Amino acid sequence: MITIAVQAADFDAGQEIRQLQADRTDVGGIAIFTGQVRDTGDKPLGFMHLEHYPGMTEASLQQTAEQAAQRWALIDIRIVHRIGDLLPGDQIVFVGVSSIHREAAFNACEFIMDHLKTHAPFWKKEYYRDGSTQWVEAKQTDQQRNARWDQHN
Amino acid sequence: MKILFFGNLREQLGTGEIELPVAPGTNNIAELLETLKQRGPEWQQTLSAGSLLCAVNQTMATRDTLLEDSDEVALFPPVTGG
Repeated sequence: MITIAVQAADFDAGQEIRQLQADRTDVGGIAIFTGQVRDTGDKPLGFMHLEHYPGMTEASLQQTAEQAAQRWALIDIRIVHRIGDLLPGDQIVFVGVSSIHREAAFNACEFIMDHLKTHAPFWKKEYYRDGSTQWVEAKQTDQQRNARWDQHN
Repeated sequence: MKILFFGNLREQLGTGEIELPVAPGTNNIAELLETLKQRGPEWQQTLSAGSLLCAVNQTMATRDTLLEDSDEVALFPPVTGG
């Protein structure tokens, strides 16, 4: 089953993992990734604003999850992505995948993150403590990471 | 036609959404971009970025995706979520 949430509120990764276990006895492994707002640039970060395209965002994440489900033998997929103003250290994204075996879970979790970063319509803007702002630029390395999955097929 | 702008595109153009009747001859995204560029120098410059992405009815599209007046078109810079 695929579960997608796009929300301003924080999430509880432990609760998300428990949902992936959800009284089942056929889950052999769960792989998760969480992303945080980091403050590692030249200028101290005040907060980050996450803009998105309501409607398309959810559909895009759903399509990404469906591609993973077609490619690997998965049991459940859960994606939570936050929007709005987030502080350094705040959680941004949760991806969790359950499967019978770990290889599918590891691969699907990484694929979903790589695909999400290059397809889901989110845009980050950084607001620095000195009052200046900067839109985050898309990274070529993210495109390259995602392209690896095409080559594997 | 409803046209949405996101991210720094929205800021540079000073609007998040416009309504535009589709002129005869505007058959795809590439032609729509040319029409929009005529709105002024800001539009000309902003919409000339080769990295610009587009969606039609909330699905990723390309410059040769065909358009109808009832479509919702979105133009935006490369995405940076995750």
